[in-house]
Amino acid sequence: MTQSEAPLVVGGHTLASRLIVGTGRYDTMQQMRDSLDASGADCVTVAVRRERLYERGGQNILDFIDLDRYTLLPNTAGCYTAADAIRAAKLGREILRTLGNPGADWVKLEVLGDSKTLLPDPTETVTACRALADDGFQVLCYTSDCPVTAQRLKAAGAASVMPAGSPIGSGQGLLNPNNLQIILEYLKNDDPDYPVIIDAGVGTASDVAQAFELGGDAVLLNTAIAHARDPIQMARAMKHAAIAGRDAYLAGRIPKRLYGTASSPSEGVISTRPYGSEA
Amino acid sequence: MISITVNGRDVNIEHPMSVRELLETVEVPPNYLAVEVNAEVVAREAYGEQMVNEGDDVEVVTLVGGG
Repeated sequence: MTQSEAPLVVGGHTLASRLIVGTGRYDTMQQMRDSLDASGADCVTVAVRRERLYERGGQNILDFIDLDRYTLLPNTAGCYTAADAIRAAKLGREILRTLGNPGADWVKLEVLGDSKTLLPDPTETVTACRALADDGFQVLCYTSDCPVTAQRLKAAGAASVMPAGSPIGSGQGLLNPNNLQIILEYLKNDDPDYPVIIDAGVGTASDVAQAFELGGDAVLLNTAIAHARDPIQMARAMKHAAIAGRDAYLAGRIPKRLYGTASSPSEGVISTRPYGSEA
Repeated sequence: MISITVNGRDVNIEHPMSVRELLETVEVPPNYLAVEVNAEVVAREAYGEQMVNEGDDVEVVTLVGGG
């Protein structure tokens, strides 16, 4: 019997798709819209930025996202202090509240510590996570693959901890699957439904499949689709990889063995074994 | 004229005015925006009452593509 499962719940949100995709770095808004569609995602991330009040003429992303279809997940990308991240989170909440989008009560918290690697600042992230959780936010927390920081964030009230596979936008895939496995084990110990989302670093579909095979509950990615040669086709690949990886995880992989084990029966075979191989 | 800061730029306006009045000069649907005055978010319902006075620091933000 195929193992069926309940949909993923993160904070107060139920997600039909386990793929969360970003909306940045596309060549055009139309390409973004079509890629989101092809990915099958029902949750998409957005950033909060100053409106270009005096040099307008551009398009607004909200004209290209169906707010009845997608739950928006506003992020605090680009913030380097807890104080700035908290401000960005509150501004994002206000926009989503007035839009009537269910994403108003959650945030993807990202507090960076280094502009070259885009690695997170762990102390500022923990501080912001606690403050936002206390303020009623469901905090989905971007972090490194450090198991200790992941535990601190869960203790600080994160609705989901989101360890990076590798640096944001690097496309290096999962550099330390052992750490991710330890994070999954620690955070889900006695709390198996606690959602752990692999965020950042995905380069191609096999990285997504691997994240799910390790036991990740969801994958969040952006650049791997937006900067693929054909973003729409890559979005479709990511959708299938997520389904394949999750199914493989639920189905349970076979253990790795040093030696081969034949798939065909040995009985009745017409065979000679010239080098003295034993049955 | 009074001087305020909007999104980091120095701006002169005729007189103290409400956030709603200030936003009338912007060609963006108001529900695409959020506003801070002196680092405090102004709820959209309060745009009419919240005044912008000399020296105030106003931020007007929207949503953009991001990951």
